Amino acid sequence: MTDKIDQKPNAAGTLKDARPVKLACRNVWKLFGSNAASFIRERDGKASMADVTAAGLVGAVRAVDLEIRQGEIFIIMGLSGSGKSTLVRCMSRLVEPTHGKVEFEGKDLLKISDAALIELRRHRMGMVFQNFALLPHLNVLENIAFPLSIQGQDRPTREARAREVIELVGLRGREHFYPRELSGGQQQRVGIARSLATKPEIWFLDEPFSALDPLIRREMQDELMRLQTMLHKTIVFITHDFDEAIRLADRIAIMKDGEVIQIGTPEELVVNPATDYVAEFTRDVDRAKVISARSLMRACDGSEHGGTVAPGAKISSFSASIVSTNKPFAVVNGTGKPIGEVSPQAVIDLLAGVDRSRAGA
Amino acid sequence: MTVTASASETRSRPIQIWLLVWAAALAAVLVVFLLQDRLPWAVNYPASAVVPVADWVSALMRWIKSNLSWLTRSITAVLGVPLDFALNLLAKNFKIGHGTEAYVLPRLSWVGVCAAAFLAGHAIGGRKLSLLVGGCFLYIALFGQWTSAMLTLALISIAVPFCIVTGLFAGIWAWRKPWAERLIVSPALDLMQTIPTFAYLIPMLLLFGNSPVSAMIATAIFATPPMVRATMLGLSRVPSEIDDFSEMAGCTARQKLWRVLLPSARPTLMVGVNQVIMLALNMVIIASMIGAGGLGYDVLLALRALKVGEAMEAGLAIVALAIALDRLSQAIAHKQAKGHVHQEMSPSLWRRYPNLSLAIAILVVTTLLGLFVPALAVVPKAITFTTAPLWKAAVNWVTINFFDTIEAFRVALILNVLNPLRAFCEGFPWLGAVFLLGLAGYQLSGLRLAVLVAALTAFCAITGLWEKTMATVYLCGISAFIACLIGIPIGLMAARSDRFEKIVTPVIDTLQVLPSFCFIIPVVMLFRVGDVTAMIATIAFAVVPAIRYTNHGIRQVPSALIEAAKVSGCTPRQTFFRVQLPLALPEIMLGVNQTILMALAMIIICAMVGTRDLGQEVFIALSKADSGRGIVAGLAIAFIGIVADRLFSAWTAKARARLG
Repeated sequence: MTDKIDQKPNAAGTLKDARPVKLACRNVWKLFGSNAASFIRERDGKASMADVTAAGLVGAVRAVDLEIRQGEIFIIMGLSGSGKSTLVRCMSRLVEPTHGKVEFEGKDLLKISDAALIELRRHRMGMVFQNFALLPHLNVLENIAFPLSIQGQDRPTREARAREVIELVGLRGREHFYPRELSGGQQQRVGIARSLATKPEIWFLDEPFSALDPLIRREMQDELMRLQTMLHKTIVFITHDFDEAIRLADRIAIMKDGEVIQIGTPEELVVNPATDYVAEFTRDVDRAKVISARSLMRACDGSEHGGTVAPGAKISSFSASIVSTNKPFAVVNGTGKPIGEVSPQAVIDLLAGVDRSRAGA
Repeated sequence: MTVTASASETRSRPIQIWLLVWAAALAAVLVVFLLQDRLPWAVNYPASAVVPVADWVSALMRWIKSNLSWLTRSITAVLGVPLDFALNLLAKNFKIGHGTEAYVLPRLSWVGVCAAAFLAGHAIGGRKLSLLVGGCFLYIALFGQWTSAMLTLALISIAVPFCIVTGLFAGIWAWRKPWAERLIVSPALDLMQTIPTFAYLIPMLLLFGNSPVSAMIATAIFATPPMVRATMLGLSRVPSEIDDFSEMAGCTARQKLWRVLLPSARPTLMVGVNQVIMLALNMVIIASMIGAGGLGYDVLLALRALKVGEAMEAGLAIVALAIALDRLSQAIAHKQAKGHVHQEMSPSLWRRYPNLSLAIAILVVTTLLGLFVPALAVVPKAITFTTAPLWKAAVNWVTINFFDTIEAFRVALILNVLNPLRAFCEGFPWLGAVFLLGLAGYQLSGLRLAVLVAALTAFCAITGLWEKTMATVYLCGISAFIACLIGIPIGLMAARSDRFEKIVTPVIDTLQVLPSFCFIIPVVMLFRVGDVTAMIATIAFAVVPAIRYTNHGIRQVPSALIEAAKVSGCTPRQTFFRVQLPLALPEIMLGVNQTILMALAMIIICAMVGTRDLGQEVFIALSKADSGRGIVAGLAIAFIGIVADRLFSAWTAKARARLG
């Protein structure tokens, strides 16, 4: 327990990021049961799992602190029942948190009026759902234009915008199909298009690809990355699939029993898991694809270099060439100055799964 | 080993205790029964202590009538406008002006209406449905029932939209406000559906007179509950993600309800609409007693005069109308559930709704032509035919040739089964019944149910209706028992053979659609009036849920469990008796429950064929317009239903809980 707390700030704080905070949770709690609100208020926002259980409450989300920065893909990852869906619903106030603050651009979301909340959701938030949540009585075009029509836009304007996003997600020609006539992947494209129609700033994706086949899921992940390179949304993405998280994430928050147990980049989680639970997740990950040159770097010892790599380059991107030249590669920063080197042996050890640093320690 | 033994001992002990309790209770009741000379007040409720609830109700109704007549009159006037319009349009012609100078605008031509029915079927369900629906209407026309049938249809067409709108709003209200559902809507629905149809008629008759309007109001009240239930169910079944989506799209509460939730719930709502239509048809037939006219009135007149041929003919026209309306509305519901198929928008109304446009065109043209060609306005006598003499001949033939057999059967049944049972039930001490039912309620659910059941039972006694109540219970009980005896085996067979199910399904579908009135007619032809007729008609009416739920219960046992049983080496027989049947039991119990409720509803209508029970009480009250007497008897009937329903539901819930 103590070592976890020790590691927490260091795990979350390593990423130096100058981008402004878009959405933040400050000690957010969601407890179910009678008198949940007074329970947590009396304890001033502090309670252990044992306290919560003893009071006969269910702690869906407990003491969550996190900051999501503008333009990043922030992934909340956890197994079913870990509270990730509840947490994302607290962020959009679909679920009213029992305690704490949810700040949207520094303003407390929990304090704004209903009208302001509706306005915020209409123009600045978008959400994609696991089971698509398409309206069965509307066709693709009408489904996508629906959020705009709720805002009172006239038919030509909203249909023009809907056609734009239909184009964007590659659904042209399906405008007049009804949801049940589409495959799962196509339905989720409609869901994505619908959530983008209002040009939201923050985009909640609640396990968007979990209901899809593995192949389609991969295709949709690529599609999401393609959209993100064009749109630069702030994305909060929920998943229970660690591979998916690693593929997409800038940063990942891992949840267990309603608590966030570690926040970090995929690499930080793999290299430096805060608990055994996190380590268990990262064990089968293809490390070469996650770990970058920076992590394997050591000080130059003066030997000849076979090439240069950037500090952020993933090992898998240069492993073949470094092994074939069998010479260390220099790690150079933006100005071309070497800051260290990566030895072929370190790469081979990583690929073979030999952990010398641990064995030594 | 010892641990399991002691555990099973503690588990079995409560059952043994209950066994003793029941034995003691039965013995106590037996003692009361044997001592009836000493304790007559415990067996027959003393006449001097009867609470005159009926008089109170009568006084209240009289007060309402004399003080609120302005209200009832204005309601009659307001509702009369659309109703008259529909009646004139479909059945009666519009008369403008008075006397001989009156100018008459014709009603819709029968040819046009038949064509419209055909096209409606075509638009909704394709060729098969169009032939069925068009055929039903043509049948009605050719068998000379056109005007009556259109009167009935006009009443339905006004009552149904009214029911749908009321039901929708009540359902939304109940869904929004859980306290309203728990305290107001659910109890009201239960009562509305268990009070016998007859009992509705009396206050309507009193307040609104003997007119189509009062028939329509009675119909509307009777047919609304399924819409309320469907709305509540539909709204609560909308996936939570769709709810979340509407929030995230920034819907206001009103937008969320009308543009997201209700459209998403449309398939369930359409099922409710189908039920509303069928109940409205059923009620319009019965409401003929207070001036609805139409097919029901024809049946009523014919039955009173014992003209079985005419009754049968009008009854068959009701069947045709029922089948046409049911299949049409079901096809619409089905289409809704399947969702739409994409199509390009076309600008003109004609292209978008070809069938509708064509139907309107045909209606207008044939109706206008009808001004000059009388054959289009009124079904010409020359092409109608009647089967009444045929039915009469058939009945005569049966009576001449089989009179002795049928009579022997009837008499044997009455002497050996019905009369002893009746004597037993009517002699049953009321105090004992209150006690035993309360005890059952306590065992099945707890103190609340026990008090409810005992109070409702006691109501029947203290209003002085004990003997008639028990007469109803006896006839209803034996009919429901036989219906289950027939229905459950048929359901089991249907569940085990797909081919048999294919034969059974259309039969029970049709049985379910028929208005309760229709079941009496053929039975009266063979068995004349009396308890036997009532019993047989009730069995035919009430057998459907027993079959349906049994079949469904067996079939819904998860196939994984059956596979597991097979893999563990069960023979088909073992699989059936040790896996399927126990798992299906709660569902089968639900079917039995429904059977009892339907039997109760039917028994009351059978008062028309001369039973001596609560139904007769209502019937007499109706003919005398004695509202207090009728309403109290109606409540007593409703309470029998509620007692049976609550006890069975509690039992089913217990069985379900045990199965997990």
